[in-house]
Amino acid sequence: MSQISRPLSPHLQVYRWAVSNTLSILHRMTGVALSIGAIALVGWLLALAAGQASFLQLSELLSGFIGQLLLLGWSFAFFYHLCNGIRHLAWDIDRGFDKHFARKSGLVVVSLSVLLTAAFWVVALTGGAA
Amino acid sequence: MAEFTLPANSRVTPGKNYPAAEGATRVRDFRIYRYDPDAGQNPRVDTYSVDLGRCGPMVLDALIKIKNEVDPTLTFRRSCREGICGSCAMNIDGLNTLACTQAIEDIRGDVKIYPLPHMPVIKDLVPDLTNFYAQYASIKPWLQTQTPPPPDSERLQSKQDQELINSPSACILCACCSTSCPSYWWNSDRYLGPATLLAAYRWLVDTRDEATGERLDHLEDPFRLYRCHTIMNCTNACPKDLNPAKAIASIKRMLVERRL
Repeated sequence: MSQISRPLSPHLQVYRWAVSNTLSILHRMTGVALSIGAIALVGWLLALAAGQASFLQLSELLSGFIGQLLLLGWSFAFFYHLCNGIRHLAWDIDRGFDKHFARKSGLVVVSLSVLLTAAFWVVALTGGAA
Repeated sequence: MAEFTLPANSRVTPGKNYPAAEGATRVRDFRIYRYDPDAGQNPRVDTYSVDLGRCGPMVLDALIKIKNEVDPTLTFRRSCREGICGSCAMNIDGLNTLACTQAIEDIRGDVKIYPLPHMPVIKDLVPDLTNFYAQYASIKPWLQTQTPPPPDSERLQSKQDQELINSPSACILCACCSTSCPSYWWNSDRYLGPATLLAAYRWLVDTRDEATGERLDHLEDPFRLYRCHTIMNCTNACPKDLNPAKAIASIKRMLVERRL
C-alpha cells in the first residue's frame, strides 16, 4: 500500500455558479443576516423601553447612511428569505423539482423580493401616505 | 466543519504547455488537471493545444487524442464512450458530466478539465471512489423479501409498478451528482449523497421489496439523509437527466407520512 496522502480535488474553486446554487447560499446568508437583525430589533426595543433620549439617539443612528444601508439589507434579506422559504416549502412536498422549472422559480423569487423590497421602501419613505 | 480552501498538498500550480501539431487549423486549448503520485509534487494544470480539425467531437475524443499522440502519461477512466458505463465522469467547464457525451463545441473558451470535485485523487483525472461505493452498498441495493415468491412464477409487477422504478434504475453510478453537492463535499463521511439516496429511493418504491420500514429506519438520520438542503447541483449535473433532488425530497416525505 502506498503511504502518500492523496491530494483533494478542487471543489468550490472550480465549480460553476448557477441560479440554483447561488440562490441556495444566498438563502443561508440572508438567514444569518436576519438572525443578526433580530438582535438589532431587540436592541431597538430596549432603546424604546429605556426612554425617549436613548430612543432618539438610536433613531438618529438608523437614519444615517450606514443605518439606512443596514435596514435596506435587512429588508431585502427578509423578503428574499420569505419568498425562497415558500419555494422550499413547495420542494418539501416534492413539487417544482424539474431543473428548468427550478431555475425559473428561482428567478421569480429574486425578482419578487426586489419588487417587495422596493415597495416596502416606497411605503416607508412616503409614510404610507398613498 | 467545512474546509473551503484546499489543503497545502492539493493547491494547483501552473504546468506545462503542449503546442498543437504544425498545420493545425482549428486549435482549442485543453487545460487539464495533472497529479503524479510518484513525483512528490503538488497537482498542476497542463495546457494541451488540440487541432479540432483532426479530433472527434466529444471531450473524451480529445483526451484520447492527447493520450495517443501527445502525452501518454495522461490518466483517466473511460470505457463505453456512449454514456452508459459512467467511467469518464469528470468536472468539465465547471460542471460534472461525462467526457464521452460532452461535445467540445458546446464549451466556450478553453476547455477546463478537473477530476470529480472534493475527492482524493489517485492520479490525474482518476478519483478514489471507495467511499462512494461503500455508501452505495450501505443501503443494501438489492431486493429484500420475507414472503416466498409465487411457486410457479417470478415476482410479477404491473406496468405502473415498473414505471415507478424506471427512472431511478437508469442511474449509472458515475458519481457526477454526489461530487457536485456542497453538502457531500463537507460531510461525505456521514452524508450518503444524492447518488446513494437516489438508489435508496429506487428500492423504497419497488413494490416487490418488503424491507421498506427498515430502509426508512436506516435513512432517518440527521446526516445520512437530512444533510440535503436542496441545493440542486445534483439534478443539474446528472448526465442521464435523472432527478436525485426530487428522489431525496420524496424520501423525506415518506418519513413524514409514516408518522401520521
